[in-house]
Amino acid sequence: MVISTEGLSFNFGNQQVVKSLSLQVPEGSIYGFLGPNGAGKTTTIKLLLNLLKTDQGSIHVFDKELQSHRIEILSQVGSLIEQPAIYLHLSGKENLMNRALLLQVSESRVDEMLKLVHLTDAAHKKAGKYSLGMKQRLGIALALLPDPKLLILDEPTNGLDPNGIIEVRELLIRLVTQHNKTVFISSHLLAEVERMATHVGIIDQGELLFQGSIKDLEAISQPRVQIEVANTVDAANFLKKQGFMVTDITDDLLSIPFTSKTQMGEINNLLNQNGYVVYSIHKIHKDLEKLFLDITQKA
Amino acid sequence: MKGFILSFRSEFYKTRKTMGFWSAVLLPLIIYILLFIGFLSHSDKLATHPGLILWLEFSVPVLFVMSFLLPMLIVFIGYSVNSIEHKADTWKSLFSLPIPKFSIYSAKYFYALFLVVLCLALFVLFTLGFGNLLSVIKPSLKFNQYHIESTLTLIYLKLLFSSLGILSIQFLLSLLFRDFLKPMGIGFIATIGGVILTNLDWGYTYLYPYSHPFLTVKSTLQNKMGNGAGMPQITVDLFTKDIWVSLAVAVVVFILGYFIVLKKSVK
Repeated sequence: MVISTEGLSFNFGNQQVVKSLSLQVPEGSIYGFLGPNGAGKTTTIKLLLNLLKTDQGSIHVFDKELQSHRIEILSQVGSLIEQPAIYLHLSGKENLMNRALLLQVSESRVDEMLKLVHLTDAAHKKAGKYSLGMKQRLGIALALLPDPKLLILDEPTNGLDPNGIIEVRELLIRLVTQHNKTVFISSHLLAEVERMATHVGIIDQGELLFQGSIKDLEAISQPRVQIEVANTVDAANFLKKQGFMVTDITDDLLSIPFTSKTQMGEINNLLNQNGYVVYSIHKIHKDLEKLFLDITQKA
Repeated sequence: MKGFILSFRSEFYKTRKTMGFWSAVLLPLIIYILLFIGFLSHSDKLATHPGLILWLEFSVPVLFVMSFLLPMLIVFIGYSVNSIEHKADTWKSLFSLPIPKFSIYSAKYFYALFLVVLCLALFVLFTLGFGNLLSVIKPSLKFNQYHIESTLTLIYLKLLFSSLGILSIQFLLSLLFRDFLKPMGIGFIATIGGVILTNLDWGYTYLYPYSHPFLTVKSTLQNKMGNGAGMPQITVDLFTKDIWVSLAVAVVVFILGYFIVLKKSVK
């Protein structure tokens, strides 16, 4: 395990914000750390980086105890916490050069990072004049600068446009598959994490509600087929007769548990061939809130 | 040690374009350019003065001003080296670097100290440089008749020692408080308190760090005047009891600050 915590707890005053967390992040994984705002994600990340002192429990990174091997561990970790920490009076390149000075990394690596996050043209512009997305990209470049084995990223796609989000996602997948890195990424968006994560942990009110591979999550998440059709009640009765289970009916929409793409095609064919005009048919996931409900109800 | 050197260099890299750095250079430069112009334009009147008196006229008013300006400059330097991290929200990234926390903390403190040393060294340099330049441009000004180098260096060295207690306190306040007003306000009021206490001639004024620069300047100038008739003599007693207090406060607060940093959660 790259990260392994045991009974990790943390209090802010009287309020317990992290409750007996046992995280298991395998090597070579993209671990999506999911939870709504205020669930304790950033606090957990700060604990993993030794920015906050652990009240109870233990943290092992690369199989070493964090407190006693702090420097050794941090030298192999790149991180981005909340909004990127950037000196606004320095240019993008100067921000990276300053970090390179501290980490004893060459200037060519700095230029490489600028290119990677598409900031070469804006390298000499003051970071204070960067857009939110550019700052976020600079933050990612800062995290990647020391070529760390483990990347800890707290909501790295905040403020990025769709292109930026796709780029970051592809970059992370590439780092894991081609360069054998491990990525620990927090997010409040299930859809974002689902597209790249190999493993998922779900946290709410400081408690880990679910942890496992993305396949395990999909099994719980139960995607549905949503069909927009002319006469929903008749169409639903028709589908029921054909042996499908209709879980939800509204004036315009029907929902059926998703099993496969073939099944979706079959439903579409059946409805159309029997005179029910299908306006749209697609697969949807339960949103995170509903998933939470499911998971908590099961617990 | 490597972490300390890297952090110190990084402090310079970060601040080299900020007012925090440039104030340490510009303050002595501006004051001495103004004095230089003043002496140049009044050179006829000053031509009768002997070398030592000229040097005193060239440096004593600055020392008076500095006894108040130095604490304020330290308040500002302490604030600016810490506010750069508060503003950019970079404490978390600084303390997640593979560098010991003590190296990061002490490099920042010693960088603030370096700025104070730089400023005071420039005061010495500019006093001597501009004084000698005046006697080159206007040979009637007999600055070259007297050598004040060692005495002046000693006075500024004492002024530096006298300000270290304030530096440690202000550094810690600026590290703890994110906003500008708290360290600045406390520093300003404490400095005014120092002026009042020094003028009251209270027996225990030497225990109050913010009065140390005033005590230093006052005692040095009293020595000068105390000589009565004839040429004034300046003797600098470097390690007086107020200086020992200043150094002790500096060391204790510096160490205390580190333990506070260790305990403090990084926001």
